[in-house]
Amino acid sequence: MTGSSTNANGAAQQRSSRDVIISVRDLVIAFGDRTVVNGLDLDVYRGEVLGVVGGSGQGKSVLTRAILGLVRPRSGAIRVFGQDRDALEPRERRALEQRWGVLFQNGALFSGLTVKQNIQMPMREMRDLSEGLMDELAMLKLELVGLSADAADKFPSELSGGMVKRAALARALALDPELVFLDEPTSGLDPISAAEFDELIGTLQRTLGLTVFMVTHDLDSLYSICDRVAALAEHRVIAAGPLETLLASDHPWLKAYFHGVRGGRLTAARVEQKDEEWKPAPTTP
Amino acid sequence: MTAAAVARPPKVARQPSAEGVRLALSGDWTLFASQRLEEEGGRIVEEARRDRRVAIDLAQLSQLDTAGAWLINRARHDLARRDVAVTLEHVRPEYSTLLKETHYRAFAAPSRPRFNVIFDMLADFGESIVDALREFYRGVGFLGEFVSSMAYVAANPRRFRLTALVAQIEMIGFRSVPIIVLINVLVGGIVAQQGIFQLLRFGASSYTVSLIGILVLRELGVLLTSIMIAGRSGSAITAELGSMKMREEIDALRVMGLSPLEVLIAPRVLGLLISLPILTFIADIAALFGGMIVSWWYGGISPVAFASLLKEAIALHTFLVGIIKAPFMALVIGLIASMDGLATQGSAESLGRQVTSSVVKSIFMVIVMDGLFAIFFASIDY
Repeated sequence: MTGSSTNANGAAQQRSSRDVIISVRDLVIAFGDRTVVNGLDLDVYRGEVLGVVGGSGQGKSVLTRAILGLVRPRSGAIRVFGQDRDALEPRERRALEQRWGVLFQNGALFSGLTVKQNIQMPMREMRDLSEGLMDELAMLKLELVGLSADAADKFPSELSGGMVKRAALARALALDPELVFLDEPTSGLDPISAAEFDELIGTLQRTLGLTVFMVTHDLDSLYSICDRVAALAEHRVIAAGPLETLLASDHPWLKAYFHGVRGGRLTAARVEQKDEEWKPAPTTP
Repeated sequence: MTAAAVARPPKVARQPSAEGVRLALSGDWTLFASQRLEEEGGRIVEEARRDRRVAIDLAQLSQLDTAGAWLINRARHDLARRDVAVTLEHVRPEYSTLLKETHYRAFAAPSRPRFNVIFDMLADFGESIVDALREFYRGVGFLGEFVSSMAYVAANPRRFRLTALVAQIEMIGFRSVPIIVLINVLVGGIVAQQGIFQLLRFGASSYTVSLIGILVLRELGVLLTSIMIAGRSGSAITAELGSMKMREEIDALRVMGLSPLEVLIAPRVLGLLISLPILTFIADIAALFGGMIVSWWYGGISPVAFASLLKEAIALHTFLVGIIKAPFMALVIGLIASMDGLATQGSAESLGRQVTSSVVKSIFMVIVMDGLFAIFFASIDY
């Protein structure tokens, strides 16, 4: 691990915000004779929240898993923090893996451990800390993700869906990673919880200076917290950029996605809201 | 740990100043530094606790994360309790949000469980006895449920799942044949070798054939087969049903108005009931074959002599004693495996525990049943 890329977390982040943290070039992933991803290019910049959208089976999860090294691409280059994971020594690879946190779609909490033990797991394995400090840090993380203290000693099977997501997010943040992968963080949550979760991700992103790679179907999340959106269709990224650019695109799939029955309703509502915001705002307390 | 962590370790430097003391923090105050970070966090309090006013200077901080911010906040809190006035200086805007979010709060101390070896041991002992009795009670209930659902299926033959049954017979019966044949040939051979070797001293090595015939047909064939199937298929049934329970598939069946007993358990238990007698028969033949080969090579008893001696030693009832036990063993294995599978809780650990308990319990029960049958057959003189 190089020192220069680690320390960019702080002030450097503000200055060089166009720093590429994940770069995917000409990626091809296929299972048997079924091509899932073909010639995909994608950049994720430091400090941004990137939303990845795409139809079911268009390779969103496969792309995420390929970046994480869980799926082996047939060809193409994936560089995270400027490093090619496959070319690294095992020790360097472990160091790299400690710089990201992952929230899996169904939480993937260890079912045999309590919530607190789940959060402490990476600290216990990767760092050398006293029990007291680990307890405090785990409780702090729980509070940051909005879980009450009595959830700490519960087992994952005793939690509701929303609590599982929060606990899994707390675990993903256990080592204060620079990069967080979120796989459909708001799926299965009610609109209130989903909005809270979006807000939570936004707050944490600002507070901790995170880069967020978020796979989502939730149009609300895209509107409220994503800086940029990458759309996956036809086995590649058909468009990436600020949401406004994608909304204005003529691509048939994007039109269907954002201006279809569901997307259209939401887009219209959002645009109206935006218009209201444009008016000279009355003084608010 | 890594180059980055070693390059700029967190550090506290004490600099006396006009109004009290100034602590300059430098380096990476991140979790990367592990123990070093914790020690330095403690040193903030250590260095400043005898002063009245302390300024913590963050100008030279190169990195800060939640853990670092928490330690700084905790130190501030500790100092404030000792009546030391603390101020933070040169806080960068991005750090101030982090410091605000991680402000000090007291967490309830985790409750340490009460620990008393004797008390815990007695409690465990009592609990396991109550559990065992309850388990037996549930087992009897489950058997009743199984029989009544079988009766229902018998009355409504259209609800019978023939495809599932055939699939189970293939999994449990057909695919076990190679391993069952292999272990029984070996065990038959071993019994023959020991019989010849030990009985030779009395000049009675031809009785080896009786030994093999009776031992294999009455006891070993069915016992080895049942133990093998308990390990091989009992564990599979428990794991299948357990993971279906964890993924709410069992609940899905229930809400569709289907009984898991009828859909999942009946084909498995029936599959066992049909497979185990057949496998026992195959095991008997394999063990006799193994015994015959070893008697021939090692004891010089030709296959023809072996066959005629065997014919004298055994009768049909010797074979029947073994084969009658097989369906009962099958029922015990199937019911224990299904019951344990359905008792799986949410965690992966629980699934592992259930599979272990299923295999251990069914092997134990197979041996107990065998003992009960031995007493029964002895008393009816069969």
